[in-house]
Amino acid sequence: MTTETIIWLIPLPPLLAFFLIVLFTNRYRGVSHTIAIGAAFLSWLGSMVVFLRAIQIHEFGKHPFQSSIPWLPLGESWFSIGVLIDPLGAATLFFVAWTILMIFIYSVGYHNYGQPEGDHDRKGLPPHGATVIDQHGHKHKVPSIEPMYSRFFAFIGLFAFGMYLLVVSDNLLTLFVGWEIMGLCSYLLIGFWYGKPSARAAMIKAFITTRVGDVFMLLGIAYLYSQTGTLNYRAILYNQEVLDTLASTPSYVAGLSAAALIGILLFIGTVGKSAQFPLHVWLPDAMEGPTPVSAMIHAATMVSAGVYMVIRIFPLLSAGSHHGALTAPMIILSIIGAGTALFAATIAVAQNDIKRVLAYSTISQLGYMVAALGIGAYIAAAFHLITHAFFKALLFLGSGSVIHGMEHGVLHTDDHVDPQNMLNMGGLRKKMPITFWTFLIGGFALSGFPLVTAGFWSKDEILADAFGHAHYGVFITLALAALLTAFYTMRQITLTFLGEPRSKAAEHAQETPWTMTIPLIILAVFAVSAGWVGIPEHFPVIGGLIPNWFHEFVGETLLEKPKGVEFNPIPLLTSILVALGGLYGGWMVYRNLKAGEIDPLEKTLGPIYLVLKNKYYFDELYHLIFIRPSIWISEVFTYLWIDRKIIDGVLHLVADVSIKVGAFLRNYIDKPVVNGSGDLVANVTKEGGRSLRVIQTGRIQQYLIMALFGFIALSGLFYFIIQRMGMQ
Amino acid sequence: MSPLQVIFILVSAITLGAALMVVTTRNMVRAALWLVLTLFGVAILFVLLEAGFFAVAQVIIYIGAIAILMIFAIMLTRRIAHDPGPQINATWPIAAVIALVVFGLIVFFVQGWGKAASQPAPFPAGFDPLRELGVALVSANQYLIPFEIASILLLAALIGAIVIAWDKK
Amino acid sequence: MIPLSWYLIFAAALFCIGLFGVLSRRNAVAILMGVELMLNAVNVNLLAFWRYLTFEKMAGQVFAVIVFAVAASEVAVGLALVISVYRRRQSIVADDINLLKY
Repeated sequence: MTTETIIWLIPLPPLLAFFLIVLFTNRYRGVSHTIAIGAAFLSWLGSMVVFLRAIQIHEFGKHPFQSSIPWLPLGESWFSIGVLIDPLGAATLFFVAWTILMIFIYSVGYHNYGQPEGDHDRKGLPPHGATVIDQHGHKHKVPSIEPMYSRFFAFIGLFAFGMYLLVVSDNLLTLFVGWEIMGLCSYLLIGFWYGKPSARAAMIKAFITTRVGDVFMLLGIAYLYSQTGTLNYRAILYNQEVLDTLASTPSYVAGLSAAALIGILLFIGTVGKSAQFPLHVWLPDAMEGPTPVSAMIHAATMVSAGVYMVIRIFPLLSAGSHHGALTAPMIILSIIGAGTALFAATIAVAQNDIKRVLAYSTISQLGYMVAALGIGAYIAAAFHLITHAFFKALLFLGSGSVIHGMEHGVLHTDDHVDPQNMLNMGGLRKKMPITFWTFLIGGFALSGFPLVTAGFWSKDEILADAFGHAHYGVFITLALAALLTAFYTMRQITLTFLGEPRSKAAEHAQETPWTMTIPLIILAVFAVSAGWVGIPEHFPVIGGLIPNWFHEFVGETLLEKPKGVEFNPIPLLTSILVALGGLYGGWMVYRNLKAGEIDPLEKTLGPIYLVLKNKYYFDELYHLIFIRPSIWISEVFTYLWIDRKIIDGVLHLVADVSIKVGAFLRNYIDKPVVNGSGDLVANVTKEGGRSLRVIQTGRIQQYLIMALFGFIALSGLFYFIIQRMGMQ
Repeated sequence: MSPLQVIFILVSAITLGAALMVVTTRNMVRAALWLVLTLFGVAILFVLLEAGFFAVAQVIIYIGAIAILMIFAIMLTRRIAHDPGPQINATWPIAAVIALVVFGLIVFFVQGWGKAASQPAPFPAGFDPLRELGVALVSANQYLIPFEIASILLLAALIGAIVIAWDKK
Repeated sequence: MIPLSWYLIFAAALFCIGLFGVLSRRNAVAILMGVELMLNAVNVNLLAFWRYLTFEKMAGQVFAVIVFAVAASEVAVGLALVISVYRRRQSIVADDINLLKY
């Protein structure tokens, strides 16, 4: 089978799984998850085959796998769609396939397959446990199976389809299609437990916030199409003439060139989808969905899609730059990316929910990638995208495992604490060792622990690039963010796993089944080793031992392969310092926290802590500026004023006027004239009859007299007529 | 003035005079008797018209049946017959005027008619009006049906008279 | 010898006398007598026309026969009615028989 055919087929198995589950196997849970995991496996297999073939091709960037078909007839020409796997696409396909498959397998255990049905479980609410009676007659409460089990697998199947479609497309239109399918699925999955009002609010918030970004992105796509007549990557992004033309065409908006404006518009789509400031507000609330969903959306697929897209259009963003100077969109990317990275990291420090910390961490890391792209570090951004996908997915799945263990403890001890609050945890490393070690690896990768974790290599490369090209503002901001990242990560690990348990539920926590721990282990392997394919050549001691395969391979995607940055010890030392310093600080502050104690940070920072905990009150601000006016417009302005008063008013007026006209016609025309004339005729006849009836005396002789009068008259008349006729 | 005309004038004068008496007499029995005389006069006129059968039929039917019937009726309603009140009702002038006008009209029309002055043609030899009448009355292609219907009419009148006058006590 | 017009005028006179009697007499039987006079006048007319104009055809005579029958039946029924009315109302004054008034 040719590679192009395989690429066409990669997105299809999850789509097929979606339809099969929805239409046929909704009631059969085992069959549903088998179909879903089978589909994910098929797509994984196809992706691996494509990847392996891709890395064997020399100068793959110039000869990517591509295939297209004419799809939409447009007058004389056709709009073609197709598939393209170039180096960037192949690398993305690799991590997408692995993370999706791991998440699918994990979901079987997460949703408690094999457990009994719950006592009071309802569709739309999370399962609450089932009571089982063991052989001694003791009643135990155990976790119960998710009531909407098959539905979950159907939705993540559709989600996987959207992501694969986005990755294999060769044009912005089908990318947008995949983008929107994922938007839909994020809506459906964030609100998976639709019985919870908080979930319902979160699903709408996610959809609408990303929609804001999508509108601008669509504008950008339309503008690009109108300027170039195509949306194909190879035709635009790999074509120096087109890029130069776009860079020199003025767009009449703020003095930007067409390329710059398109780049900014498309980037706004990423701001929405990858939760950058100011459209970051949906991502923390999206934690309302089940944890595999959080892993899927916030690590493996959706947010990565945003960054993937902006990496893809990098040639457009940098079009028109001379000698490495930053163009206008790149400046915007740097500012927003670096700012978001620091901003989100400060909030993460003050969160107590284990998933919220990871959510803000994701926002922060995405900011890293965006900032890297903004300063022109193309390879670094792609590298961090891939390593982040692995360790963030690992961390999210790990947190899901922790929550599961805590829930087990909650059911066992009837100690109803929030299983997601880290202040209730502690000492879980003894109870859940596999989760602990994999989480530790993931956390260290996130913090950038030197040498042995993937995160170190990718983060270091970004910092090196920033410093090396003298973008010191970005460098300092990202370094600070890295410090905070390490701090809050170690805070999270310390509070959750180290020390003593702070609640009875934590004391009785239990390790999770193999369907959940095996994916953790596999992802941990990647979290460690994925970085080693990108060791820079000039690195002291080990640089050069292993070739920087990643740089060579992915660099081919661009027309001009970017040069590696010169080695400089300062950024290296900075990154090692902030990583180790942050980790140590986090451990020191939190290692002795007892149950019921206040967070030490809260004591030191006081009111600042409150601001951080409330996310700088952005949700409240948006509510004030956008939500309340919208509600006002819809409820008061449109509904009350326009709909009820004006439109209904007009209708009531028409009705009233009609009734009045009708009454007028009835009372002044119908009754007097029509009825009146009828009555008049009747009355005249009656009166005439009354006055004439006196003739009827009942006496025959009088009748006879009258008859004879008539006879005489008639005969006279008759005679005269005959006479006249006789005369003529 | 031929003798026939003289007879005619005489008879018609008597008849008309008797008729006048019929309609003016106060006494009903006398009116009935005057009626009998009138009917006789008419019978004689029928003879003059060479309709002998009708003369006899007139005497038998009208005088013998109808006039007698009238006398019966008068007798049976006797108490009122002696009523001394006027036998002429209040509207008699109008009636008189009308009668005169009608008479005048008819005379006027008769005078204006050409054939009024015609004379009777003699009967051809062997022409028997009575025999012809008999044949006409029973011939299916002549006047059989009116004859039969007349008999039914008489039957109906007979039954009707009985029913009406039945004393339901 | 006798012109037709004489018979016709005679019949007309008899008819009008009878008409006068019908219109002006109070007694119901007297009215019926007037009717008889009118019918007789008609008969005279018919037979005069028959004799003078179409004596070959029997139509005139047959008509006169029918008139006879009709007169007889009418008198019979009429007098039966008069007697019936008299029994009811003890009156044969025509003016009193006015129940069909307005």
